[in-house]
Amino acid sequence: MKVTRPKLSWWERTYFPAILKGMKLTFSHIFRKRVTLQYPEERWTLPPGYRGQPVLLTGLDGHEKCTSCKLCQFICPPEAIRIVAGETELAKEKFPKEFDIDMGLCIFCGYCQEVCPVEAIWLKDNYELADYDRTNLIFDKEKLLALGRKPPYLPGREKPLEEER
Amino acid sequence: MNAYWPIVVPALIKIVVILGIVLTGVAYSTLAERKVSAWMQDRRGPNRVGPFGLLQPVADGMKFFFKEDITPREAYRPLYLLAPFLTLFPALITFAVIPFGTQISVGGQTYPLIIAPGMDVGVIFLLAVSSIGVYGILLAGWSSGNKYSLMGGLRSASQVISYELGIALAVMSVVLWTGSFDFRRIVEDQTGWGHIWFVGPQFLAFIVFTVAVFAETNRLPFDLPEGESELVAGYHTEYSGLRFAMFFMGEYANMITASAFVVLLFLGGWNLPFVNYAWFGPLWGGLLSAVVFFAKVAVLLFVFIWVRWTLPRFRYDQLMSLGWKRLFPLALLNLVLISTLLVLRGRP
Repeated sequence: MKVTRPKLSWWERTYFPAILKGMKLTFSHIFRKRVTLQYPEERWTLPPGYRGQPVLLTGLDGHEKCTSCKLCQFICPPEAIRIVAGETELAKEKFPKEFDIDMGLCIFCGYCQEVCPVEAIWLKDNYELADYDRTNLIFDKEKLLALGRKPPYLPGREKPLEEER
Repeated sequence: MNAYWPIVVPALIKIVVILGIVLTGVAYSTLAERKVSAWMQDRRGPNRVGPFGLLQPVADGMKFFFKEDITPREAYRPLYLLAPFLTLFPALITFAVIPFGTQISVGGQTYPLIIAPGMDVGVIFLLAVSSIGVYGILLAGWSSGNKYSLMGGLRSASQVISYELGIALAVMSVVLWTGSFDFRRIVEDQTGWGHIWFVGPQFLAFIVFTVAVFAETNRLPFDLPEGESELVAGYHTEYSGLRFAMFFMGEYANMITASAFVVLLFLGGWNLPFVNYAWFGPLWGGLLSAVVFFAKVAVLLFVFIWVRWTLPRFRYDQLMSLGWKRLFPLALLNLVLISTLLVLRGRP
């Protein structure tokens, strides 16, 4: 590569023009609009399809939709999902006795949501999951279902997915 | 004993007031540094503690108090403990000879606005004492027992010999011009009809002095002794808690001293063009002059911060070559020019 070295005048070689130019630039920035978002008071507007915390959804009959097929457990890259399957008298025959998601491991990739054949797991728009204790970050079935019943269910939707249909 | 009270009491009051102003100035210039840097980067800066973050310095001070004070095992303890004091103390003591206004007359008594009035070698005193601060940095670097600290101290030493000649020669040309080492005389020579601030006639000296002063206060673009990207934190790498706070305060106090120095030598001190403080009466005139002086100092402090957040750091050898090959010859040239001018003009 050929580097062009322009012939600098005496004045330019004192660095003063460049320094003054730079100082003018930094000074002009003082009056620019601030980009900082005052986080706890101000919030981002999340785009539709934002992938936040995964939750479990319930069907119209009030039971969890999950049939415990374990596809999400298999696809989950960080292996954050643990399912213990059980039998049920319902039409779906199988249900999760236990369904834990470790939010400390979850990477919010959304594969579980994509792979789920019955739309039982969904990524909501909650991203504030910090806790002082890691054990609190393991969300069990009750907690996930409770979150799935609470609005907002999906960004841009007012009702649970099932009830809209 | 009674004869001393009229001297001692005003002096003590002035010391308390000046230390108050300077230390508050130090605290708030740290806030200004953070605020201005934030604004220049389109951020907001600290705004959580108090209105507009104005109590942030208090919170910072509290934090420094409660931090653990660590002395590394490899450190040479006596000097390690002494060094922070050696940086902060000269920075504060220089205010003894810095006049910060005309004078105040209360109850028939006239008090000049300076802690040590009648000090006719103020310039030399300031030069001498402010150079001691560098020893604090040097000793801190050496005694920490850490290679990065040592490098910082070493750089500081090399920096001293590079810029101090420039400073001294630039000051000498002003001193030649006025024929006095007294700050008051120097300011008076810039006051009134037919006199202009020395930025005009002494422009070369002003440039040399200002650039060198940036080096003396270890501010960017000459903050080689700290050099975060190469030397962790340079000479104060190993310091923590209040001892680190003292280096920190020392740096900002040095900035205030340096700004006051520039204001006194080149920017007319407390003088405002076309304003005579006698108009405002003996008390308010004096106070106004002090306000004007500190306002000028504040503007220069802003320039310090402004430059810091604009320019990148000089390389080690670049600073040396700037000091020896540019500033020193320029200051010499200026000195020769000024003395020739003075001889031709025939100043008594």
